[in-house]
Amino acid sequence: MAKPKMALYWAASCGGCEIAVVRLYEKILDLANAFEIVLWPCIMDFKYKDVEALPDKSIMVTLFNGAIRNSEQEHMARMLRDKSQVLVAYGACAHLGGIPGLGNVSNRQGIFQRVYRETPSTANEEGTYPQLSSQVPEGELTLPEFYDTVRTLDQVVPVDYYVPGCPPVKEQTEAVVQALIKGAELPPPGSVIGASEKTVCDDCPRTKEDKSIKAIYRTYQIIPEPEKCLLNQGILCAGPATRGGCGAPCPQVNMPCIGCYGPAPGAVDQGAKLLSAVTSNIDSRDPEEIERILDAIPDAIAAFYMFGLPVSLLRRLRLEREAATAESAH
Amino acid sequence: MVSGDHEPTIVAFLCNWCAYQGADLAGTSRMEYPANVRPVRVMCTGRIDPTFILKAFAEGADGVLVGGCHPGDCYYLEGNYKTIRRMTMLRRMLEQFGIEPERFRLEWVSAGEGTKWTKVCRELTEQVRALGPLHWWENVREA
Repeated sequence: MAKPKMALYWAASCGGCEIAVVRLYEKILDLANAFEIVLWPCIMDFKYKDVEALPDKSIMVTLFNGAIRNSEQEHMARMLRDKSQVLVAYGACAHLGGIPGLGNVSNRQGIFQRVYRETPSTANEEGTYPQLSSQVPEGELTLPEFYDTVRTLDQVVPVDYYVPGCPPVKEQTEAVVQALIKGAELPPPGSVIGASEKTVCDDCPRTKEDKSIKAIYRTYQIIPEPEKCLLNQGILCAGPATRGGCGAPCPQVNMPCIGCYGPAPGAVDQGAKLLSAVTSNIDSRDPEEIERILDAIPDAIAAFYMFGLPVSLLRRLRLEREAATAESAH
Repeated sequence: MVSGDHEPTIVAFLCNWCAYQGADLAGTSRMEYPANVRPVRVMCTGRIDPTFILKAFAEGADGVLVGGCHPGDCYYLEGNYKTIRRMTMLRRMLEQFGIEPERFRLEWVSAGEGTKWTKVCRELTEQVRALGPLHWWENVREA
């Protein structure tokens, strides 16, 4: 019997999710034994046209990492959705938008301006910007269209499962891959798999007390006590607002949770929940003192939505009305 | 749409014990104030999750008002202090998102302050009307 087909693809991502799969080490051989891999651009040389030639639903499972920020990624997402029986949003960017999702504090114009004009290392005297199409002596060259707004995979195509994490931890990836190999009964579509139904605090061994924040610190500003909750010590820790299952590796090495597993089960907006958890821990009733303490958070969006801006209720910074109209036009 | 013609929608989250009673007093006393404010009664401002306010803006509100007991008067002792802390941070974040601070107001209204309630409603409605519609959904249409 022919082996079932599997595809792994990356869109707007850093490559860390690919490493997370490779970090299965020798168990990756089980994956290669159980599946015929038909697309994995990071690791092997495949051509898009070969995948495009496959019949619909002929790929059993696709692990898709990365957010959608340009037309090529959108095309691949739609194509792989058509070809796959099961589409998995693998990792924080496909699941939540991830770090690339913070691009939603700007837009195409703002990002191009910064990247192709303003950065100190840019030498671009002619002011060249990427063009969808340009004529050269050899013919026409094209580039994908860069969007104003970063979207998650499920804001573009229907997704069957979500494996959270930046990147997903090895043990959870292993469990998901084993379930696929064994053909175990899959949970209902739409489930978050490879994670728990509680928060990171539930995995964290630190002791939590009642409200106590008199000042908010960046991690380099204090040496935290080893047993006590980081949030109680004034370090912004996303644990209370974040889905667990990772085993809380960050707080165990004195680094706060940054929220990569996404909203805690039942939470609609991770940033709103985190904002709420952090501010209610502040030990002050004096409005002026509260303002002073909160001055230590200069960038609220990055602090509260490091991974989930595209899935938050507001999703992005307000676009200028003209820009908003232009975006809805295409 | 010209902003002058626009009737703003303002969602008001009011605590059961003070601000809602104040609004009720304004009503039973037949005081007049703009009909733009849509009250949502909660037991305490401390129960107002910032999620509610973000959802209101995301789904069409042009302004949001949070009304509770004066500091020291909270029926549950501490709720409105938590609210001060949450709303201070939320206001900053909304501004970062591009939502003008004038669209969001935290106000203390006691059960006896029907007149203050009508004043707050009038002021906020005029402020928001002057800013024009927010129409947040226009920002998040599919690319």
